[in-house]
Amino acid sequence: MPKLSYQKALNRALADAMTADETVFVLGEDVRVAASNVTAGLHKRFGDDRVLDTPLSEQGFTSFATGAAIAGMRPVIEFQIPALLFLSFEQITNHAHKFSLMTGGQCTVPVTYVVPGSGSRTGWAGQHSDHPYSLFAHVGVKTVVPATPADAYGLLRSAIADPDPVVVFAPSAALGVREDLDFGTLAPVSLGSGRIHRHGTDVTVVAVGHHVHDAVAVADDLADSVSVEVFDPRTLYPFDWDGLTESVSRTGRLVVIDDSNRMCGLAGEVIATISERVRLAAPPARVTRPDGAVLPFSLELDRSVQPSRAQLADAVAIAVKERP
Amino acid sequence: MTASTVDIAVSLYRTVRLIRRFEERALELVRSGDIVGGIHPCIGQEAVPAGVCAALGQDDLVTGTHRGHGHVLAKGADPARMMAELTGRVTGLNKGRGGSMHAADFGVGVLGANAIVGAAGAIATGAAWARQRLGTPVVAATFFGDGAVNEGMLLETFNLAALWRVPVVFVCENNGWATTMRVDDAVAGSITGRAEAFGIPASTVDGQDAAAVLAATREAVARARAGGGPSFLECRTQRFEAHHTFEHAVRLRYRTDEELALIRARDPLDIQGARLDAAVRADVDSEIEDVLGHAVEFALASEFPDPLTALDHLYASGLRPRPGSGV
Ligand SMILES: Cc1ncc(C[n+]2csc(CCOP(=O)(O)OP(=O)(O)O)c2C)c(N)n1
Repeated sequence: MPKLSYQKALNRALADAMTADETVFVLGEDVRVAASNVTAGLHKRFGDDRVLDTPLSEQGFTSFATGAAIAGMRPVIEFQIPALLFLSFEQITNHAHKFSLMTGGQCTVPVTYVVPGSGSRTGWAGQHSDHPYSLFAHVGVKTVVPATPADAYGLLRSAIADPDPVVVFAPSAALGVREDLDFGTLAPVSLGSGRIHRHGTDVTVVAVGHHVHDAVAVADDLADSVSVEVFDPRTLYPFDWDGLTESVSRTGRLVVIDDSNRMCGLAGEVIATISERVRLAAPPARVTRPDGAVLPFSLELDRSVQPSRAQLADAVAIAVKERP
Repeated sequence: MTASTVDIAVSLYRTVRLIRRFEERALELVRSGDIVGGIHPCIGQEAVPAGVCAALGQDDLVTGTHRGHGHVLAKGADPARMMAELTGRVTGLNKGRGGSMHAADFGVGVLGANAIVGAAGAIATGAAWARQRLGTPVVAATFFGDGAVNEGMLLETFNLAALWRVPVVFVCENNGWATTMRVDDAVAGSITGRAEAFGIPASTVDGQDAAAVLAATREAVARARAGGGPSFLECRTQRFEAHHTFEHAVRLRYRTDEELALIRARDPLDIQGARLDAAVRADVDSEIEDVLGHAVEFALASEFPDPLTALDHLYASGLRPRPGSGV
């Protein structure tokens, strides 16, 4: 079977969406030559009108896209680096996100924001290494973090087709992931549906984005002693609470690995919600970035503030210690 | 004057009068507590929306500001549904979800008042660009105050609109004040100079004269329709009232009584009214009284929305958010 890379999957999703719907267009910085590779070939295929290189004016072009969306188009913005989401946070959360409600349903704002290369890029230091998906889930903007090429394809297709703004985080550490698959099976993946990557009976590990691959690896390593189920929410907002509740109801234990800062991060919400719904057999645990993390440059420092496989293995070991 | 110039003069006066009396009735409703949260009255500035919107067609688009009642009314929204919106009723333009600062009526091309200073220009620009791409070109006029010309995002927008020759008219309502800050203390260089720096044709207009605003906007709209891209109008106007009605309770001292008298000396209502026959003017006045009498009655007789529907429309997809309590 042919191999598909995560990056190529995003590219394919964009091309397929643009072919299927004339109102879809891409804008961003250096998207014509495809500096990020995600928009490779699109300019040649779809032309100037549908692939726009923007000046470095993130706030301006983010709201420009909002305007284009309320007038009937489906813009896809590529943000070159995750920090651009901080710069355009107001435009996304205070305008694009609020227009449907504030106008009493008079308009829809179908904009997709894609960040190919979120989280640590290894050696890019403090201002290029954030992974701010919890912020968007918090404000209620639809938030997607695919882990695999097939999901990257399917979730991006659904994000573009959705009538609301959606932020798609493509973790740097996942961009190189490749998957053997029959391209004919690529299909939209509905927003809000999680996926169990590995079945288990002792503990449910919720893993986000690239950490899905870490969780599967840790589960394999521990297979002789613990049966780990790996749950990938895929969409963080809306979250598949029913899917996760079902899993934890079976395993009775919960560990979360999440590349957010600890304070008010996604892991805290997952633990709170599941604790409200399920009587756990052991205290839940989470592996996250520290509170208020700023990624330092030097490689060992950069890695030391990101969730690791070793930390996850420890958390799983503690969670299953008191097996009934 | 020819028949059609008389019609235009009457129509401009009617809009100025409608906005003026709408604001005065709204101020009464603020005082009576029927409008909560107060308003940013645009009394004194009515000629700007009246003149600009008279140069636009029904399909053309506008975005307004926090001081936005005039923009919405001049573009043709129903005053009764607008008043219902201000009083938070389910019959309001936004079903009571927007209020004074977010009133929108997509049916007449009002993409919404926007309460973040300098934010709406990019939205109007994107919408006008999109309509061109979709093969249904229109012109968008976007209003903003003098305070907005120091917002980076608006300057970014001038650049995008000029680069991509978007059919948009940037309308600066320079009323001399951003809340309590004088324009001279806030603007280095000049207001029109900002647009000119991006190659956008800019002119300064007497914003108290609806006919002058109309003439200048016509030129800008013609340029936009001919593919000439954006234009910029600095409309010199005056805010007769408070920045916001909270000032009625908290007296802020930033304009002296003498200064206020000067500010109010050139009233757009009188300037346009003087161009009409006294009898015609009286007819328009009584017509507007009827319209607003009905508007207030309609608003106050309308239902409030059901609290169970508070988060309706949050997601166009129909997604229901989790409630704030319970499991
Ligand atoms: C970005 C932003 N900053 C501050 C405010 C608070 N604020 C609301 S209106 C206003 C003054 C705006 O002045 P101007 O643009 O001149 O318009 P005017 O009120 O005079 O019509 C301020 C500071 C805001 N709403 N948005």
